[in-house]
This record gives sequence, structure tokens and C-alpha cells, in this order.
Amino acid sequence: MSDVFIEVDEVEKVFEVRKKTGFLKRERHQVRAVDSLSFTVARGEMVGYIGPNGAGKSTTIKMLTGILTPSGGRLRVAGIDPSRERTRLAHRIGVVFGQRTTLWWDLPLIDSYRLMHRMYRIPDARYAENLDRLVELLSLEALLDVPVRQLSLGQRMRGDIVAALLHDPDVLYLDEPTIGLDVISKAKVRTFLRELNTERGTTVLLTTHDLQDIEQLCSRVMVIDHGRLMYDGPLTGLHEAGESERTLVVDLERELPPIDAGPAARVVKVEGPRQWLAFPAAESAAPLVARIAAEYPLLDLSVREPDIETVIAAMLYPIGDTAKPPAERPTA
Amino acid sequence: MAERVRDGRRGAAEGVPEGRRGAVDCVPGGRRGAGERARDGLRAYWLIAGMWIRSTMTYRTSFALTMAGNLVVTGLDFATILLMFSQVDSLGGWSLPEVCFLYGLSATAFGVADLVLGSMDVLGARIRDGSFDTLLVRPAPVLAQIGADRFALRRLGRITQGSVVLGWSLVSVDVAWTPAKVLLVPVMLAAGAAIFCALFVAGAAFQFVAQDAAEVQNAFTYGGTTLLQYPPTVFGKDFVRGVTFMLPLAFVNWVPAAYVLGRPYPLRLPGWTAWSAPLVAVVCCALAGLAWRAGLRAYRSTGS
Repeated sequence: MSDVFIEVDEVEKVFEVRKKTGFLKRERHQVRAVDSLSFTVARGEMVGYIGPNGAGKSTTIKMLTGILTPSGGRLRVAGIDPSRERTRLAHRIGVVFGQRTTLWWDLPLIDSYRLMHRMYRIPDARYAENLDRLVELLSLEALLDVPVRQLSLGQRMRGDIVAALLHDPDVLYLDEPTIGLDVISKAKVRTFLRELNTERGTTVLLTTHDLQDIEQLCSRVMVIDHGRLMYDGPLTGLHEAGESERTLVVDLERELPPIDAGPAARVVKVEGPRQWLAFPAAESAAPLVARIAAEYPLLDLSVREPDIETVIAAMLYPIGDTAKPPAERPTA
Repeated sequence: MAERVRDGRRGAAEGVPEGRRGAVDCVPGGRRGAGERARDGLRAYWLIAGMWIRSTMTYRTSFALTMAGNLVVTGLDFATILLMFSQVDSLGGWSLPEVCFLYGLSATAFGVADLVLGSMDVLGARIRDGSFDTLLVRPAPVLAQIGADRFALRRLGRITQGSVVLGWSLVSVDVAWTPAKVLLVPVMLAAGAAIFCALFVAGAAFQFVAQDAAEVQNAFTYGGTTLLQYPPTVFGKDFVRGVTFMLPLAFVNWVPAAYVLGRPYPLRLPGWTAWSAPLVAVVCCALAGLAWRAGLRAYRSTGS
């Protein structure tokens, strides 16, 4: 990798947790939130950072943004040690915390942006240009004078993204950027992020619980569990590594015995004329659909993607699969 | 349906802000000196305080009511003292104008500190709900950002009331004014405000360790100012000792006031201590600064 932008080398973070075990009695024990974590992200990459709750995702992000100081290892973002030069780094990064808005609740949206303008000392011309462009791309023109408290969740999220990008950061960290948004808002945010990444070359690191975020945006996924990197590679590889399955829901004209779809799929559930078939997530659904349509009286069908937890769980804790170690990293 | 349709009277024309004077270079240099950091801090403080003022002004009636309420409450505070003097002629040997001198100084100095840093007790809440982290990703000193948090102009109420009482005491107190005594009064105010500011910062620093300690902080700050509104002679000696040497609140008014009013110094301190208030203030601020840094460092290594 020639242009390494984020460099994480054997980083660890140990928390000391004190637990009350009785009156005035406390027990100390250490929790390794991040354990010898190493990875690099090149300039212009768009990486999904996923894992179960409490896996160490937000701890990693907090170390990368300079909020937390690592207990060990080496960390560099744009050549800067985040914890030692927090304010210098702040000019190079943009951060969006999905559930915590940084916008000013009672003031018109534009006021929050003016504050960013001055706090980040953005030159006037660049501020005006960035504001115009971002506001147009995220269709917030009509909302600039509306107090933030009156915005919908999706509008506020878009507003937060604009606020995080006004100073032209090289890297954007997004923590759950689509959580709680409706379908249209999600699509807008995703389209925007894709353009930001391809056209401006902004490096993007996002944590999410939404598999579609990853599917539509990230060429690369990192999975973390118990503070360790368990997978680093493309999403398709993740499906293979976990042998996760998609589900084809088939509505037949009448009740029939379980569909025989050959080795490609197996029926997992039958309920009247409706049948559920599981097939490997990495395979295309087309041949399976064609076969069923040809042999059975088909009314309707739909494909259900596995949710991200299922995919991760399948990868991290494979059932009866001892041949393949779960921590395999195909491309790392 | 994602977009709630907004009325058309607001256009998109606001997109381009009016030109700001003095474009500043935006590429920050390497490590910055202390002076530069302080300037950055002040700048960030004013920016954020300005946002809070404007936020408050969106609810004008509410602002007017809280401002009036603030004046009434601080006024009642003073009424207690008047009530006492309706029954007695002196309190611990101090006359009404003298006690008002103490009261006015303490209330005004505290009022200034309260206006400037009074909302630092929200730190614990900000840590608990996670919004403190959003301050750490901004290119400005955290102390300035949290200091300006919830900046409230209604706190001018206490300053107003304190300075009215102080003003009255200055004209009615029986003192042969010398230039030195006249000079000491503004020095006391400035040093007193600084000592209270240090107390606010130290209290906030303590919240990094104990996030529900906002009330402990209030006990020292609000408790401290109430205490100083009475002459030292009404308190026990050990208590006065504690307030002089442990938590040096005595230097806000008791010690220098003894010089101005020509009264015996508490704890028989030497005469020069009347002028030591600025020094005490500087030491307090330095210690509070160190406590703040230690607290912030602890937060950044534990994240809780």
C-alpha cells in the first residue's frame, strides 16, 4: 500500500473496571476493549467497521479521533498521533456520531454551520463553496433557516454530515449514519457518501448495523470481536467465511409438499402455500428462482438478506464447522 | 415522504454568508504555544457563548421570566441579612454597612465567576450521555468549550444585585478612604472572581472521577459565597482556618476587607496578607488548571 492514511499497529486499550462487591468493597479487574489491533487504511478507501455490541468498535473510533489515548501500540492518522495532537488532527477529520447531533437544537441550521466556519477557521470562499455544494447534494437548501429541533431525524442526520464536512476533512468517521432513517433518507445518505468517496477521494470509515450500508458502500469490511480483528476483506468473502445464508420466500398457488430444489437450497419452513428456502448468501438467486418457477405453480417470491448480526455470528461462531478456522482473513 | 414540505417564505438564498472580515489561514501549524492556546480558548469561548445567548433569545419570554426570577431569588438572599439586622445592631461585631461590604464583594465576585463558568457542573451529565466526546473532536481547547456550555445571561442578575449592595456599602460604611483602600476594592473583585473560577474548574475536574458530583461542586461554590456573606467572627476558629488555608475563600473578602474596614485580621494574619489575594488567585487558578488537565487525561485513558 503506497498511500497509507490510517495506520494502526498493535494498538491496545485496557480499561480498569471497578465493581462493587459489597459495602465499600470493590473488585478491580481489567477489560481489554481492544487487543493488539493492527490494520491500515489507504487514502480514498471506504471501509465498513462492524462487530457485535461491545466488540471494541467505538473504542477504536475514539482512539482514531484522539478522544481516547491507547494503552499501547502505535496509531497514526494523516501522520498525526491522534491522542497527542488532538486539536491539530481535528482539522483533518470529520466525525458524525449517529445518535448524537452536534447541531444547535434551538437555532436555525445555518447557525451551526457558521459556528463551524469560525471555529475551524475555514477561509470564506472555501466555506461558501463547500456549503453550497454539500447543501445541494443533501437537499437541505430549504431547511437552512429552520431550527434544528424542527427537523426530522433524516434531515438532522444529513445536517450533521454537512457540519462534519465543511472544513474539507481527509477522513470521515461515521458511527451508525443510517440508524433510524427511513428508506429514502438512507438512500440519500448512501448516494452522497458514495459520491464523496469517489469524487473527492475522502477516506470513509463507518460503523453500522445495516448490512445494506456495507453492501452498497464498502469495498472492504473489517470485523472486530472481543477487541480483535477477525476478518478484513471484501463483503463477499465475509459471506463465504461465515457460510451465511439468504432466504427465498416462495408463495405457491396451493399447499404442496416441500419444494425439491436440488443441492442448491433446502426448505427450512413450510406454512400453508408459503415456503422458506435457505441458500448460500454468496450464490446468485437466479438459477434457483428459474428452477422453482419452471417446476412449481409460483405466485410470488422474495429474497431476504441475512442481517449483519447473523452474518457476523455465522463467521465468528460457525456451527459444526471445525475444518475452517473462523478468523480466516482471505485478503488481509 | 422523507422531506416534510416546508413553507416557501424561506429561500435558499441564505446559503452564502455575508463575508467575514479577516480571512484566517486554516492550516494549523505544529504544536502551539500556551499563549496561542489561551487565545484559541477565548475565541472558542466567545463563539460558543454567543451561540448559547442566541439560543436563549429564541425563547424571549422564558428568558425575561428567568432573569426576573433570578433577581428576586438573589434579592431574597439579601433580605435574610436585612431581617437579621432588624433585630440586632451588629453581627459578630460588624455593622450593617460592613456586612454589606462583605456581601457585595462576595456576591459580585461569585456572580462574575458564575456567569463565566457557572455551567461547568454539566460536565458530569455530558460525560454520562456521551456528548462530551463531541467536544473532543473540535479544534478548540475543551476547557473553553465546556466553560461556555449553557452560557446564561440570566446570571447577570446576581452581579447586578451584588454590585448594588456593594455600592451602597461603599458610600455608607464608616471608613477613612485612602488611595490604597480604594485600589484594593477592584483588586478584591478581580481576585475573588478568579478564586471562584478556579473553584468551578476544580469542581468540574473532580467530575471526571465522580460523574455525579455536581452537587459536591455546588456545595463549595454556592456554599462558599453564602459563607463569605457573613463576618468571619461569627464562625468557629477551625472553620475559618479551613476556609483560609485549605480552601482559600477567605482571600475573596474576609482578609482584604479587614484592611479596608480597619478590623482585626482573621486568625491574626499579618497585614500584608490583605494584598496577597491576587497571588492566592493565581495559585488557585494554576492548581485548578493542573487538576483539570489531570482529570481530562484520566478521562481520555478510561473513557468513562
